[in-house]
Amino acid sequence: MSHRAQRQQAGIADVIVIGAGHSGLAMSRALSLRSIDHVVLERGEVANSWRTERWDSLRLLTPNWMSRLPGYRYDGNDPDGYMTVAEVVEFVAGYAARIAAPVITRTAVTQVERVADGYRVSTTRGDWLCRALVLASGAFNVPAIPRLADGIPPDVTQLTAQRYRNPSQIDDGAVLVVGASATGLQLAQEIRQSGRQVMLAVGEHVRMPRVYRGRDVQWWMLASGILDQRIEDTDDPLRARRVPSPQLVGTPERATLDLNALQAQGVEIAGRLAGVRDGKALFSGSLRNVCALADLKMNRLLDAFDEWADENGITAEVGPAERYAPTDVGPSPRLDCELGKEIKTIVWATGFKPDYSWLQVPAFDRRGNLKHDRGIVGAPGLYVLGLPYLRRRKSSFIHGAGDDVLELSAHLAGHLDLTARRHVPGMATG
Amino acid sequence: MNTQERTVDNGVNVEALLGAREALTEAPEAAAFKWRATSEWVSGTHSRTTVDGFFGLGDEQKHRQTFQFDVDHPEIFAAEDNGATPVEFILVGLAGCLSAGIASVAQNRNIQLRSVKATLEAGMDLQGILGIDDAVRNGFDGIQVHYEIDADATQDEIAALVAQSQKRSAVFDVVTNPTDVTVTTSKA
Repeated sequence: MSHRAQRQQAGIADVIVIGAGHSGLAMSRALSLRSIDHVVLERGEVANSWRTERWDSLRLLTPNWMSRLPGYRYDGNDPDGYMTVAEVVEFVAGYAARIAAPVITRTAVTQVERVADGYRVSTTRGDWLCRALVLASGAFNVPAIPRLADGIPPDVTQLTAQRYRNPSQIDDGAVLVVGASATGLQLAQEIRQSGRQVMLAVGEHVRMPRVYRGRDVQWWMLASGILDQRIEDTDDPLRARRVPSPQLVGTPERATLDLNALQAQGVEIAGRLAGVRDGKALFSGSLRNVCALADLKMNRLLDAFDEWADENGITAEVGPAERYAPTDVGPSPRLDCELGKEIKTIVWATGFKPDYSWLQVPAFDRRGNLKHDRGIVGAPGLYVLGLPYLRRRKSSFIHGAGDDVLELSAHLAGHLDLTARRHVPGMATG
Repeated sequence: MNTQERTVDNGVNVEALLGAREALTEAPEAAAFKWRATSEWVSGTHSRTTVDGFFGLGDEQKHRQTFQFDVDHPEIFAAEDNGATPVEFILVGLAGCLSAGIASVAQNRNIQLRSVKATLEAGMDLQGILGIDDAVRNGFDGIQVHYEIDADATQDEIAALVAQSQKRSAVFDVVTNPTDVTVTTSKA
């Protein structure tokens, strides 16, 4: 495509939504209901990250009955099961079709700049102009890899969770999985089951049973109101948004996946990966404490569930209260291991960051994080969706999009009304 | 249990700490501190370390007074025992840091402390520093800390105080994680 063609005007819309995942589509539906002119730009196909950036065995961490979007819900015959990646793709694509979302696929946004009354959105297929812009491009675009990765010897293969598909990708020999969120634990388990020795470096983490008192832990989180907690009611919003995903896995057996379960399967746990020196990975001596923190926090959560069950008179409907064995750290966790000789592969399960490298708008803080107040970015008519704890604890969940979109689409409509009124009649931009 | 009305006073100015946190979020350069000590050898294994000034909040700062610490080794090391051993000072630092954290976290969580007693023990195999066995490290093979705390709180709340204090402790971090150390020399 020539330079001239790239700068071609592709179109004008009142609103552009970037990203046709569940959040962007839910916003599209809300805008359609308000008869607001918009398009959804998608770099690949609907639910692109699910199609291209997930490992083979992944299933949703929430049960099927929780998979619901405004005007749409799971209606299969396994409400307590967990969707596979293919099923998530089908679910989200089905939503796009159901709501007849105006999605323009295979159109990657390359740059966004502020222009009078709105934004110019440059894409691989021409430029768009809009008055309001919704960033729904996801929270998990680029792997967050610690800087100490630079010191890893070259004979050790490094792999991110984004690139990982299954154990057949990995050389024979021992594997170090770094990170103890849902991702790290799931990959450690799967790689261990493939017959390899696995070490897991464990920093701060969130421990939860899959099923508590006979109900999915996500049922408890939702029913007791925890998932609806608002960001403005948290003591420390920045920290709330940084909490790693709980150690959960969706399996047909509804099995709990925690550090005790992994150790029983032969995975060795060590502290947070704290450094690399002389070809050795050095692990923090804080393993006992991070496990104690997670155990205490889990017990406070279970206490809250029990209290809520008592207050709401459902104690008889659910099983008896349970408490779980503290995390077993063993007598002396390893403080180092040989890289290369011992560990052949490192899998980084250290989280993700959103990618806004194309957003040329002064809306970032000192550390390069997008500044926003519950999804309302500090630039006129600019919104963001689907980030962890954006407005509520459930904001990054599929079922969390509905409430956020309801509120943000109302704000967006207000912005369009306000800016339209400022224009001289007949001069309104598209 | 922790009612709003109850006045908890652990002698910690939590408002000042939270204010500092907010101020230093806005002005990260002021958060860059330098801690300093000078040391002079006295005789044998005896040396004296002086702590006086430090850098922080963008400026040179001074303690209210100069503190001096005699460091030595016990008589069974054929030394004069003029002060605690260097490794014992590590325990001093760890206990001081964790206890300060416990008081601060308790204040922030509205928990009145009545007593906080720590017992610390660190294992060390002298075959390391004496060069008898290369497989033995010079330093501690582990540190055990036990806190006995009397407070208006449940056992789990007390455990959570101590856990949170470790999470935010500088000395805990220094002893549990690698630190790059540069030692240079000059001829006087």
